[in-house]
This record gives sequence, C-alpha cells and structure tokens, in this order.
Amino acid sequence: MKSAAKVPDVVSALLVAGLVLLPFYSSVTGNVFVLTMFTRIVIMALAAASLNLIMGYGGMMSFGHAAYLGIGGYAVGILAQEGIGSGFIQFPVALAASAIFALVIGALSLRTRGVYFIMITLAFAQMAYYVASGMARYGGDDGLTIYKRSDFAGLINLPNRVQFYYLCLACLLLVLFLIWRIVNSRFGLVVQGLRSNEQRMQAIGFPGTRYRLVCFVIAGIMCGLAGALLANNTDFVSPAVMYWTRSGDLMVMVILGGMGTLFGPVIGAVVYLVLEELLSQVTEYWAIIMGPLLLLIVLFGRGGIMGLLGRFSRG
Amino acid sequence: MAEPLLRVDKLVRRFGGIVATDHVTLEVPQGELHAIIGPNGAGKTTLISQLTGHLMPHSGSIHLAGRDISRLPAYRRSALGLARSFQITCLLSDFTAADNVALAAQAREGHSFRFFADARKERALREAATSALERVGLRERANVLVSRLSHGEQRELELAVALATKPQLLLLDEPMAGLGVTESARMVKLLQELRKEVTIVLVEHDMEAVFALADRISVLVYGRVIASGTPDAIRQNDEVKRAYLGDQHVVVRHG
Repeated sequence: MKSAAKVPDVVSALLVAGLVLLPFYSSVTGNVFVLTMFTRIVIMALAAASLNLIMGYGGMMSFGHAAYLGIGGYAVGILAQEGIGSGFIQFPVALAASAIFALVIGALSLRTRGVYFIMITLAFAQMAYYVASGMARYGGDDGLTIYKRSDFAGLINLPNRVQFYYLCLACLLLVLFLIWRIVNSRFGLVVQGLRSNEQRMQAIGFPGTRYRLVCFVIAGIMCGLAGALLANNTDFVSPAVMYWTRSGDLMVMVILGGMGTLFGPVIGAVVYLVLEELLSQVTEYWAIIMGPLLLLIVLFGRGGIMGLLGRFSRG
Repeated sequence: MAEPLLRVDKLVRRFGGIVATDHVTLEVPQGELHAIIGPNGAGKTTLISQLTGHLMPHSGSIHLAGRDISRLPAYRRSALGLARSFQITCLLSDFTAADNVALAAQAREGHSFRFFADARKERALREAATSALERVGLRERANVLVSRLSHGEQRELELAVALATKPQLLLLDEPMAGLGVTESARMVKLLQELRKEVTIVLVEHDMEAVFALADRISVLVYGRVIASGTPDAIRQNDEVKRAYLGDQHVVVRHG
C-alpha cells in the first residue's frame, strides 16, 4: 500500500505544478483572464486553508472567517488612503490587526461549543461588517478604492500581473507548508486531540482552551494575509468581503475539498470558483446547478473531493 | 502521622435535590489499593469525577499529597500526578494507540507550544509510548487506530494512557466494565503488577476482582460511605450485607 503513490497526493502535486506553470500558459495563449481568475482563486485557497486549520484540524466550526479578509483588506486600504503605501508597513499591520481581532473574538467565543460557537463567530463577523459599513471616511457601504497597490520598494512589483500572481502563490505555498508543520507538531497533535476528545485531553493534563485559542489566532493571521492580498488584487475593499455568505463560501470550499486534509481546501477553492465561473457563463441562475452539485459531493463523497480520491487509491 | 496520598474530607455534591456525594471522607495512604464499591447509582463515578476535577464539589476538600486540589481544574490535577481511566472508554478514537499514549507522555513535558518539529518523530515520546503499551500488552497494536481496537484492548489502552502520565495516584473507574472472563483475568493480573508501583483507587463492580486486589474497601450507598475497611471486615459488615441484599451472596461467596 505504501509503495504506490496515493491518488490524493498525486492530484495535489499536479495541482501545485499546474498553479506554478499557469502564467506560462497564460502568456503563450495570451489568455490574461485565466491569470486574473487564478490569482483570485489562489488567494481564496489561502483563506480556505487557514479556515481548514481551525475547522478541519481543530474542530472549531467558525462561521465568521471572512471577517479576516476584510480586516486584512481594510488595513491595506486605510493605510493607503492615509498615504502609507509601503507594503512593509501595510502587511504587518494587516496581520497584527487580524491577530488582535482573532484573539479577542477567540477568547470570547471559545467558551462555547457546537452551534453556539458557529453563531457567535458569525455574530462577530457581522459586527465587523457593520463597523466597516459605518466607516464613512473610508467609503462606508460603497467600499474603499485603493489607488496604489502595496509598495515593496522595488523588491516585487505588485501591479505586474505575473509577479503578483507568484507572490500570492508563494504565500499560499508558505502557509500550506506552515500548516503541514503545525499539524504534525506537538502543538498540532494537541489541537487535533482536542477535536477528537476534549475530556480525554484534559484528563491527561492539557488546558484545552489555551491551545485552541492560539490555533484560532494563527488561522486568523493567515486569513488576514489573504485579505491584504485580495485588496491588492481588486484594488478595492468593501464591507461585502466580510458578509456572512463569504464565510459560507469559505466553509463550502473546505468541506468540498476535504476537511482536515492539507490540500483539500486548495482543491475545494479551485473547483468551487472555476465551477462558479463556468456555470455563470452558461446561465445567470448558476446557483441552481451549483447547489445540487455540492450536495451530491457532500452526500456521496464524505471527506470531500480528497475523500473521494482516497477511495480510488484503495481501489 | 504521615499525610495520606489522598485525603477526601466531608465532600458534598448535589444534583438538584439529590445528594450524590454526601459528606464523603476517605483516606488513601501511599501504596494502597483502595477499592470503592456500591450498588448502581451510589455515586461512585460522581465521586471519581470530583477527584479528577471533571466535576466541582459543593463543599468539602480534596488533598493530594498534602496539597489542596479541591478547586483545581482537571488538567492541573493531572499535572500533579493524578491520572484516571474512564468508565466509558474515553480515548482519541481517530488516533493510533501509540499516538494516544505519546500525547499523554507529551503532557508531562511542560507546555506543548512547539509548532515546527514533527512530534511523531520525537524519540523520547515514542519510547515512552512503546514502554507503556508494552506494560499493558499492546505493543504489537501500537500503530492501529483506536477505533479498530477491540473493547478489551481499548480498556488496556486506557490504562497505558494513564500510566504514561507518570501518576502518583491512579483512579480507575470500572476498568473491567464489559470485559469477558479471560480479558478480566488479564486485567486483574495487570493491576496486580501495577499496584506495586502506584497507589490506586479502584471503582469496580466485579466483586471477585475487588476482593482479590484491594487492601481496603469503602462501600458507598446513596452517596455516603457506610463502611470502610479490609476486605475481611467488609465481608463481615452487617450494614454492607443489608445494602447489598440482592447481591449478598456475591459478597459472602468469597468468605
């Protein structure tokens, strides 16, 4: 069983290779659109991967994860608006703001479990949404246009499509690498143990909430990074990125790809967003096709796409 | 007068109008195997849960090696050397047997805020796991998922996990529950080994096992300790016989 490479691993490797080579395809065929689309997909995959860390590995069903997309985005947008264009300031501020937000809402919501946790994280994200809507100075409901992308002092040129794409991809791969290390570390085993059986973990001497909270903050920071990239990608940030349906999208990507698998969220993001794009070209009512499709995958492929692929390798 | 390892003083815990633990006083000296018996619903598991910190008492105190632990949360008590096995198997079912034990060993090594190194490749943790599994006879099953282990094996794994936390005091809540005859015999043998190293509080329904193992026995009825003494004394005790009316023959049989 060990000798043959497993199907999910092969698919993951192919996916990464495909993402790395995409700009070449784009430049050879002159298809700029595909590069733009996949820049967005890579960013959303990064956000989904961060959600997977708490949802898949940690068992924390956060329904407010899109809040960090907004927080990271507004950190970039507000600083740009105030004349601070350096990415070396914008990005650290985006990550720090996300960390603080995660620390506060994590400390409060991790006292609850199950449905209550889902509802309270949702409520906090909606609060962030309304706060952003109320920031008249920064566009309020209409959102905030970013006239100049983050400036990395010539190190990397964000307005350049290919460079920006590779920056996003590098961030995604870095985050996946970190998640891989984390879930196999002492810390990661504790967090997964807590998902599996909290009472047992406390009985052998682990204070559960502390570990959960740190995990929650790490995921928040990672998603804040996605938010900062997303704002640069669209040159715009608005409260809409924090709306609860966006959090739902992220959850769907994770579940679709396979919770608690490293590459599941990436596959989930690619499949979800590509399908959305293709179907919306066919019909305005694409959601009518998308909904049942997702239902089928979730119903018949427990463990998402990764779970389905895993069954192939067992034959 | 030496301080007993475990001292429980006038412990009270109520559930609504029911007094599940009614002024329980108990002393377990170092090295003793102390059994707690009693009919169903006598409050044995409630008592154990208060000792481990999964349930807080309404009044009274619990001292471990002279230290008041009455208000400490479960994880702190575990760090002080108090380990438990659960009546209903309580393991990380989607982890391997070795992972379950290694995590217990990891818990003993201070905090686990280490984010980078692969914990499954840490020699010391794996060796601790292997030796604890060896003790309970599960070495061959180390890499099997807990959900694939038999019930008997899971009971043994519970013990291995408890042992891996290097406890001073082991609280065993019905370790024989649901075991077959041979498995029970194996468990009794195992406990006979363990008692040489660690103080044990044993809650058990299997009277044969209790009378074979215990140094002293406390009998719990309606949350109250009605008798406490050596197995012989308990066997002779009239109040105990009365409480166990239906099961009287069980107590007497080994006389």
